[in-house]
Amino acid sequence: MSLAEAEPTHGYLASHFETLEQQHQSAALGMWTFLATEVMFFGGLFLGFSVYRFVDPEPFAIASRHLNVTLGTINTFVLLTSSLTMALVVRAGQTGDRKAQVRNLLLTMALATLFLGIKAREYYEEFEHHLAPGASFSTAALHLPEDAPESLGQQAQLFFVFYFFMTGLHGFHMLIGIAVMAVLVVKAQRGQYTAEHYTQLEMTGLYWHFVDLVWVFLFPLLYLVELHT
Amino acid sequence: MSDTITTPETEHGSHHILPKSSYYVVYAALMVLLVATVGFAYIDLGRVNFLVTMLIAISKALMIAMIFMHVRYSERLVWLFASAAFLWLVIMFAFTLADYFTRGSLNILGK
Repeated sequence: MSLAEAEPTHGYLASHFETLEQQHQSAALGMWTFLATEVMFFGGLFLGFSVYRFVDPEPFAIASRHLNVTLGTINTFVLLTSSLTMALVVRAGQTGDRKAQVRNLLLTMALATLFLGIKAREYYEEFEHHLAPGASFSTAALHLPEDAPESLGQQAQLFFVFYFFMTGLHGFHMLIGIAVMAVLVVKAQRGQYTAEHYTQLEMTGLYWHFVDLVWVFLFPLLYLVELHT
Repeated sequence: MSDTITTPETEHGSHHILPKSSYYVVYAALMVLLVATVGFAYIDLGRVNFLVTMLIAISKALMIAMIFMHVRYSERLVWLFASAAFLWLVIMFAFTLADYFTRGSLNILGK
């Protein structure tokens, strides 16, 4: 008797796997491989940011202090909370609790949307102050010293290039996450995730926690580390 | 027949169900660290600020990875893949910053 016949698979077992357990572990390994490429992807940006910051710290410090720390802190709180609700989604998958899956998925989506709303409010503020890089960029809001060399403003603009690109890319990852969760919530509602089969919930959970991990480093580097100077 | 089902694998890996309280404890710790890192940012300790801020971020990241992402309860291969990502990240940072930090330190013209 083969292993595949030893336990019920409810038609979820793909033909190239022996057991659901093996299928689940392969999915997890594939997801971690994808996350490793994401670490490299964001890592390059973090490295670029670090190099410019350490080579010429002053303009980055001036620019950093102009971000809205209050909204940034609230957003970190919102995102960490969404990671908790996502962890509870996966747990509800493990216990096969359909109602808890749906409820926590909806909560996670709501928190993610709130995060993006607050982020949009911050972007709006920065656009209003002409801090978005490009033709309309102005150092007026940064209150640079009178005798500041032109390069100071240019380097400060570079900070905002990193800021908008990194938080924008992070926000884009969140949009993808919300879209995936929208599909999952329909499938969960139909009762497609049971204690034997919840791989999609767990993989989406890994993705979501990764998005949270990126923010855990983005927030202090962009908003906090220059506040004390 | 029962001996084919009770393999060690069924008790293993991502199917380890944690009590809800584990997640709440990690969440509470993350909240405490968030308040700590924001509060600490306003105290001027010079270069120590950056160090402590990064240590707090790394602690938060480890808690999220270990408990929320279940790495602690995953098989060795997942540990290997997760740590490989960060190993390469460290190499990328170390080699690049070693270059930028030491430029000009030899006092050779044009170097």
